[in-house]
Amino acid sequence: MSGRAIFTRPARLAAIAPYLWMALFFLVPFLFVVKISLSQTAIAQPPYTPVFNLNGGWEAIREAFAALSLENFRLLVSDNLYVLSYLRSLTVAAISTVILLLIGYPIAYGMARLPPRGQAVAMMLVIVPFWTSFLIRIYAWINILQHDGLLNQVLLALHIVSTPVVWLSTDGAMYLGIVYSYLPFMILPLYATLSKMDPALLEAASDLGASPRAAFWHVTFPLSLPGIGAGALLCFIPIVGEFVIPDLLAGSDSLMIGQTLWLEFFTNKDWPVASAVAVILLILLLAPLLLYDRLQRGQLERA
Amino acid sequence: MTDEPAKTAIKADSPQFTAQTAPGTPLLRIDAVVKTFGGFRAVDTLSLEIQAGEFFALLGPSGCGKTTLLRMLAGFETPEAGRILLDGKDIAAVPPHQRPVNMMFQSYALFPHLSVRDNIAFGLKRAGMRRSEIAARVGEMVALVKLEGMEKRKPDQLSGGQRQRVALARSLARRPRLLLLDEPLAALDKKLRESTQLELMELQRRLGLTFVIVTHDQQEAMTMAGRIGVMDAGRLQQVATPRELYEAPRSRWIAEFVGDINLLEGELDNSPDSHPGMARRLAIATREAGTIHVAAPRQPPTATQLCVAIRPEKVKLSRRAPATEDMRAMNRLEGVVTDVGYLGGVTSYKLKLDSGAVLRSAMANTTRLDFDAYAPGQRVVAWFSPEDCVVLEQ
Repeated sequence: MSGRAIFTRPARLAAIAPYLWMALFFLVPFLFVVKISLSQTAIAQPPYTPVFNLNGGWEAIREAFAALSLENFRLLVSDNLYVLSYLRSLTVAAISTVILLLIGYPIAYGMARLPPRGQAVAMMLVIVPFWTSFLIRIYAWINILQHDGLLNQVLLALHIVSTPVVWLSTDGAMYLGIVYSYLPFMILPLYATLSKMDPALLEAASDLGASPRAAFWHVTFPLSLPGIGAGALLCFIPIVGEFVIPDLLAGSDSLMIGQTLWLEFFTNKDWPVASAVAVILLILLLAPLLLYDRLQRGQLERA
Repeated sequence: MTDEPAKTAIKADSPQFTAQTAPGTPLLRIDAVVKTFGGFRAVDTLSLEIQAGEFFALLGPSGCGKTTLLRMLAGFETPEAGRILLDGKDIAAVPPHQRPVNMMFQSYALFPHLSVRDNIAFGLKRAGMRRSEIAARVGEMVALVKLEGMEKRKPDQLSGGQRQRVALARSLARRPRLLLLDEPLAALDKKLRESTQLELMELQRRLGLTFVIVTHDQQEAMTMAGRIGVMDAGRLQQVATPRELYEAPRSRWIAEFVGDINLLEGELDNSPDSHPGMARRLAIATREAGTIHVAAPRQPPTATQLCVAIRPEKVKLSRRAPATEDMRAMNRLEGVVTDVGYLGGVTSYKLKLDSGAVLRSAMANTTRLDFDAYAPGQRVVAWFSPEDCVVLEQ
């Protein structure tokens, strides 16, 4: 029997449903964004030109097409502000991902070694922060870190410091917020791979003369690479575009690309430039996204 | 990455691989070892000696403690009391990676991210062997288990039988003093299992290694092992050669656990006329089958409540009673055939004796034509020799 024959018509429909969804709610809006990125800003409603007008007939559409240009992209490449924003975003995301990995791996490793009951409890503890709004949790950090906040009060009371320390509006505060917010996204995929690992493999390694440390580096670590990849990408990609955390916790001297985009869109009302920023961001993130896709495919094939 | 070459692990050319045990002293001595899990005595004051070069099988029902014992030999479990002496040195507290012992796992536990070659080389690398030596040893092992040409494959590209061979090669690569095998053939189908049994025996003889195998399969233990230790409830019930175990079980439990057996309960009949002129015979008055004559065991039974055990294949059937002077037919019982099971090489019969008791007989089908076959409902005489009976205490 051929493999294809088992796909009946409804099954085939179900198979293309995700692609339809993606086309409708991702591809089409993205094409709008691309179009706007090729337009020029205008004091009008909508605030850019040209606008496609189907009533104007064939000629009008051709004119509109002719008016599209790469001017905004040229601006992005030539103006340091944007380049630095992109670089800062990529740097912050990379550093955060490394910190997340260094903190998340031991936690996931410990969780996977708990007795089944303990694993369920630990899992709950990882997920529980999601029950509170993300924004409220970041505001809570502001309360803790601000000049007369909880942290400074405790430090002063314990006479560890004599004057309040500036915590808020620093890169440190931003990294703290990012790591705090994204930790579950690092822990969960790592935990998933580590808990699936057959404990007999470690026994076999030990039996073959591997010390616990050698067993970790030669067996556990290589086998957890898919989890590391998934966790890293799951954190890296959204952190690059992160807006809220740097806006609320970091200083204002350097901007991440999400903040730049916000400024262009809401403050400068420059939709075309904001759109161009978004298009470039997507292209930058395409590389890790494709990598993630390949990784997952490999995992599926192995399973 | 850290590799700590062999500060703790044993070098391949160290005495581990070459040490000879002084003649007469066992390679392995297990001395009153106890292991409990939450109050449950998995291994209960167990002692055992295994000689170098032996193929020893631990046989028992699931949960009898055989795997726990094996895991203590490998170092994955630590005994609470007792000693485990390997070459005279107590290794009970030595961690697994420092023991000159290797194990073949029931699940094989092959490293999925490593090729066949790297799986086999894993233990050699940890021992800090030189690259050229490793390559030579891996080649030797690959040839030994006939996996030439598969070196670059990953475990998931191998068949079950091939995986089993990789696991074996990997556990043999370090030339362990003692190889532990945990149900090594359980995952193979019957034909492959039987051929692998023979290969394992061949290999063990050729390399002169000491094997301890855990199995729940009697046939497997009987085929491969020189000696078998039968375990139940954390204790060794009997340690013997396969033949002794089958023909001279030490207890009723062993008799029933190993193979099929008929058990007839009764008591010792000491009346003089029950011994018709023969020494070295005991008469036992059974409840279900009258007086049964048995060969007197070397040690006279101390209890009076006894049990006569006779294997089905030692119970012969015939249509008419054999001649009365035939000593081999001294015990004769009459009954009716109730069940006939044709198994190819043998046919097993179930009889209902006149007393109501059930007796089983197995007769070899030595001819193609069924002259000797009996049908259900047929009246037959079952007879057996006193020498074929075993007397057990109840």
